[in-house]
Amino acid sequence: MTASPQTHTGVHAVRFGVVVFPGSNCDADSYDAVSTFAGAEARYLWHKDEELDGLDCVILPGGFSYGDYLRCGAIARFSPIMKAVRRFAEDGGLVIGICNGFQILLEAGLLPGAMHRNEGLRFVCQLVNLRVENAAMPFTHRYDEGQVIQVPIAHMEGNYFIDEAGLSELEANKQIVIRYANESGEITGEANPNGSQGNIAGICNRTSNVFGLMPHPERVCDSLVGGADGRGVFESVIDFVKNR
Amino acid sequence: MKAKVYITPKKGILDPQGVAIERALPALGFEGVGGVRVGKYIELELPDGEGAGEEMDKMCHKLLANPIIEDYRFELVPD
Repeated sequence: MTASPQTHTGVHAVRFGVVVFPGSNCDADSYDAVSTFAGAEARYLWHKDEELDGLDCVILPGGFSYGDYLRCGAIARFSPIMKAVRRFAEDGGLVIGICNGFQILLEAGLLPGAMHRNEGLRFVCQLVNLRVENAAMPFTHRYDEGQVIQVPIAHMEGNYFIDEAGLSELEANKQIVIRYANESGEITGEANPNGSQGNIAGICNRTSNVFGLMPHPERVCDSLVGGADGRGVFESVIDFVKNR
Repeated sequence: MKAKVYITPKKGILDPQGVAIERALPALGFEGVGGVRVGKYIELELPDGEGAGEEMDKMCHKLLANPIIEDYRFELVPD
């Protein structure tokens, strides 16, 4: 990747970049969440930027990029910055897409599958239980496999779809990172808020450096705002970057 | 020339909007209606010339439709 070598010694802060698309609305939450961690710093990236120099992790935040026109994420994927994000990901850089950011990663083909409208046709805004399916990757290694965490969702198009062959591939490669579950961690139909195939809430690419999820970990990074279960995602990234 | 593009959910893929409409119709007295699928219709003005169909196909594939979940077809109509 293009980051300077000093960022990997542990001496320098782990650098997050938060992309701002027209219509992003979770950019400030993501920026604030990351900035609270010791050993991390954040900066905003404009969608017209073409360089990601010196960054360790890029966050594509939630919101309604380009008004969700045509399909969620369909226009954002052609932003100038997405070329840079693609190169960054191909070089092993860490990329996390949250909610609309996940939709953008799917449209861009950086992650497999597509999003449908929620099965219930309603915008779903609630706290959900998630079971961590893969705790051996850069974004989740601070959790335990099978751990149940509570993180909010807020979306209209979170009904994940992939064909049978794609689903088997995701399962075989441990690319399903989190699933909607009940409190005891059971994957049930009732616990599925949007009709997502296999209760899938978040997946990664084969090299596990690109992670997309519908839930919002950045909204639960401080018990003052109702929960801190999302901290593990950012702590995992910080640890991973410092130790690699 | 004008292009008329029709985008529909792929066969066999759940269309929650279509299902909702299908369920609403009997409530209005329209019985026996099935197979409701909701898609999109897009109109475009294209420069005249050779290769318009090929260009249109690329546009549909790259942007207008998501080939993972949607089918598309289009008509080219001379002005």
